[in-house]
Amino acid sequence: MSENNNNDPIIVCQDVHKWYGQFHALRGIDMEVRKGEVIVIFGPSGSGKSTFIRTINRLEEHQSGQIVVDSIELTHDVRNIEAIRKETGMVFQQFNLFPHLTVLQNITLAPLQVHKWKKEKAEEIAMQLLERVGIPEQAEKFPGQLSGGQQQRVAIARALAMQLKIMLFDEPTSALDPEMIKEVLDVMTELAESGMTMLVVTHEMGFARSVADRMFFFDEGQIVESGSPEDIYNNPQEDRTKLFLSQILQH
Amino acid sequence: MEKTHTTQQATIPFWRDERVLRVLGQIIFLIAVIVFGYYIYNNMITALAKQGMTPSFAFLNQTAGFDIGERLIEYERADFNKRAVLVAVLNTVQVSIVGIILSTILGVFLGIARLSTNFLVAKLSSIYLEILRNIPLLVLLIFWYTGIFITLPRVKEAISLGTSIFISNRGMVIPWGIPTETWRAYLIVLGVGIVLSAIVNWQLNLVGKRTGRPPLVTLWTIITFLAVAIIGWIALPQSPLTLDLPTLQGLNFKGGYTFSPEYLALLSGLVIYTAAFVGEIVRAGILSVSKGQIEASRALGLNAFQTLRLIVFPQAMRVIVPPLTSQYLNLTKNSSLAVAIGYPDLFAIAGTMHNQTGRSVEVIALMMGIYLSTSLITSVFMNFYNKKIKLVER
Amino acid sequence: MTTTTAKSKVLPPPTERYSLLGWLHKNLFSTWYNALLTLFAAWLTYAMLKPTLTWIFGEARWDVISANLKLFMIGRYPIEQEWRVWAALFLLTWVIGLSWGSWVKKFELSGLVLLLIPVFMALLPFSMDDRLKILGLSVFSLIGYVIAKSQPATFSKVSIFAWLLYFPVGLLIIRGLTGDEGFFPVVDTQLWGGLMLTVLLSVLGIMFSFPIGVSLALGRQSKLPIISWISIGFIETIRGVPLITILFMMDLMLPLFLPSEIRIESIIRALVGITFFSAAYMAENVRGGLQSIPRGQHEASHALGLSGFQTMAFIIMPQALRAVIPILVSQFIGLLKDTTLVMILSLFDILGIGKAVLGNPDYIGTSREVYLFIAAVFWILSYGMSYASQRLETALGLGER
Repeated sequence: MSENNNNDPIIVCQDVHKWYGQFHALRGIDMEVRKGEVIVIFGPSGSGKSTFIRTINRLEEHQSGQIVVDSIELTHDVRNIEAIRKETGMVFQQFNLFPHLTVLQNITLAPLQVHKWKKEKAEEIAMQLLERVGIPEQAEKFPGQLSGGQQQRVAIARALAMQLKIMLFDEPTSALDPEMIKEVLDVMTELAESGMTMLVVTHEMGFARSVADRMFFFDEGQIVESGSPEDIYNNPQEDRTKLFLSQILQH
Repeated sequence: MEKTHTTQQATIPFWRDERVLRVLGQIIFLIAVIVFGYYIYNNMITALAKQGMTPSFAFLNQTAGFDIGERLIEYERADFNKRAVLVAVLNTVQVSIVGIILSTILGVFLGIARLSTNFLVAKLSSIYLEILRNIPLLVLLIFWYTGIFITLPRVKEAISLGTSIFISNRGMVIPWGIPTETWRAYLIVLGVGIVLSAIVNWQLNLVGKRTGRPPLVTLWTIITFLAVAIIGWIALPQSPLTLDLPTLQGLNFKGGYTFSPEYLALLSGLVIYTAAFVGEIVRAGILSVSKGQIEASRALGLNAFQTLRLIVFPQAMRVIVPPLTSQYLNLTKNSSLAVAIGYPDLFAIAGTMHNQTGRSVEVIALMMGIYLSTSLITSVFMNFYNKKIKLVER
Repeated sequence: MTTTTAKSKVLPPPTERYSLLGWLHKNLFSTWYNALLTLFAAWLTYAMLKPTLTWIFGEARWDVISANLKLFMIGRYPIEQEWRVWAALFLLTWVIGLSWGSWVKKFELSGLVLLLIPVFMALLPFSMDDRLKILGLSVFSLIGYVIAKSQPATFSKVSIFAWLLYFPVGLLIIRGLTGDEGFFPVVDTQLWGGLMLTVLLSVLGIMFSFPIGVSLALGRQSKLPIISWISIGFIETIRGVPLITILFMMDLMLPLFLPSEIRIESIIRALVGITFFSAAYMAENVRGGLQSIPRGQHEASHALGLSGFQTMAFIIMPQALRAVIPILVSQFIGLLKDTTLVMILSLFDILGIGKAVLGNPDYIGTSREVYLFIAAVFWILSYGMSYASQRLETALGLGER
């Protein structure tokens, strides 16, 4: 319909609610994300931050409110759900690589099946992406033969292969050993610099501070506070934010 | 990519709405199943109508007109078919329960022997398991019956075990108790024994909870019951049972109780076959308790017996019980192979009844219903038990 | 054995030094009750083995087996058409050789053993003609192996098609094509029997039950309640009743269920029963495999934009099936044993043939020989298959992820 210029929001969430049975997991989330922005979402466990980013590509269904991704509203319309999933990629805490496929097959599967690309094209792009995340030599291995950090980089390459507009990261470094966190964060930083729109659930505060455009603090299914990294770190307004920051920054 | 759907909240065409699709898919599937079911039912009714029949269970209230060789309750050929069904069910239940008890005992023994440090014992047990698990039960049963049990000596040359147990091609005769006048009184004594042992069981469990040191509950419960039973036996003026010894009279044994060769072949066949599977389950259960658990327990200063009773056994049971139950169900279902050697179990009698009445649909429905309810009741109990003993995990 | 270099640091552990006496002591006579146990077990072995062996090598009349071997193997299949069964077997060994040559990368001792089995069988006292045919099994598999080895890459695809084609072609060879006359006359299924029927019923049963079982497993896992209830109902009903009642039901009621114009041969009725039975158990096994796949695999696949069907076909099913292959092998072995129940429906599988042979007055009193032989055939088949599948699992690294 219209060309998105850089100030148009690419994700608009209005008053998003979700319940698990009686438990009110998301209690009215409002958020606008502009194209190319890097958003970091943090908060205590059970605060709904993972649930929230999983509603954006419909891994979880929101029960009321509105989510619009790249001008497509997320409704029960299966065509819209497909369209949004084609534009968003997700990287999981547990990598979720497909163990029965090689690294290359992991990356080319969706382009071949969803975009119906030619095999040569898909493999060429896959190899470029593996170069980009720094592990082209692992292409023929199976996920089980890689380290956690390498697996997570493959997962990022796999998502990127869909040529998407938005990347969702659900605690991408939480399952990694300390020495592997950096290699994944480096790839993510490079991705952010290239202009990708990113929503990142993470507690890596160094990463947040240097890369994030805005940060959102979630607690009990609500956005307690949001702002630029400087505002959040140096001048948090809410007591809950201060308390949480003091707890995680002690380490 | 077209991006014009922003405002169509309420106007999704129904073939793209996931909610509608879910319901629609189910309705179509359900309709397909119902149409198929109706088609089959209709064909069946038509075919039956050609033979001049409509499905009805009225035959259950008609005279059976056939004999049943073995039974636990009174039955004559003039009785109704429903009585015959009851006889059949009781026969199946009886052989299953006895089979389950015996195969558990033999199986536990085999499973432990398989893990023995004694090379010969472990090897023998493993050969037994490997042979029995790899041949069909039906072959075993028929071999057992036609190759062993009915080739035994005739009654006149019966093999005697001790003085009053005789084995011949007519089966096995053993001494049997005959109730005397005090039998009813003794039954009351036994009832009291059960109540008392239940109380003991309950109290000891409370003690266990209070002190945190569970006593040997099962052992004491059994001792209580046995004590009452023995005291009752002695205290009554006349002993409740008199022993009836079998004696050879003419061409057959008189007195005692005779197990037919069919029953013995079926029971022993089921037991030696199922025991092989039970043995494997017991072995896997014991092996499933990690060595670390035993080491931890010994390191805490518990002795070998305490380790076995308090650490190994409860954990092994969690692994053993679910597959064991399905073996018990298998044994019950396998008892239907009795038909091949002529023991009147549920399936065999259902077959006879079908021949007598021509009511195939009803007889099959009745028989399958009985087997099915047995299985379902068992699985309900099993699910309950599994929930109770399941380890709490995150 | 005594070494005096006491200063050397590496010493053999004192108890592990191998000697026959030491081994006996450690494994059989370590304590007094262990010794007692050993003696008892030895006595038991002797008491059981001695009469059994004297019977097997002395009194038993094995002529009942050798005289009726053809019956036991192929039932009443016409003797002048017997070559067709052999042809189907040759084709089978050729396909096996082909896939062995293209899939198994390095030389395997087990392959050689398989190849030698027919050679040893040919040493048994068969007729010269039969010996040659048995040797033919080895020859054909060797031909397939050599062809495949020449170009493993191409033939690995060919062998998959060969397997897919084998079953219809093999069945056609056995059943016949050209009416009552001619080169390939139709052999009525009532004449099929013996081990051939047993194997056919179980192979076809497991093949047909596979798609049904997988669909039922998916149905049971479905989030749509009606579909899952119906699947659960079917699975639990079949699993809750004995196989013989299902066979009995199919035998009596399948003709009632279908329009009266359609007549079904009794072998087909039995096969339908076996298939339903096997499908219910297959469903539960496959469901176990499906449940072993973490939820993250579904989510990752959906997040990549794959549809529900694509997720199942490319992500979930390949992993689930790989995880359940060993269980499916044991299910097949179970089914092979269970097909003996068709004998109760008066079909002439190997057990039914056994019963028929014993009905012959010439062979009265040989039931031990007959049933022991049948048991041995089943034992060799099922033990052999479970052993082979264990070896294959370790060789292919299945079961590990």
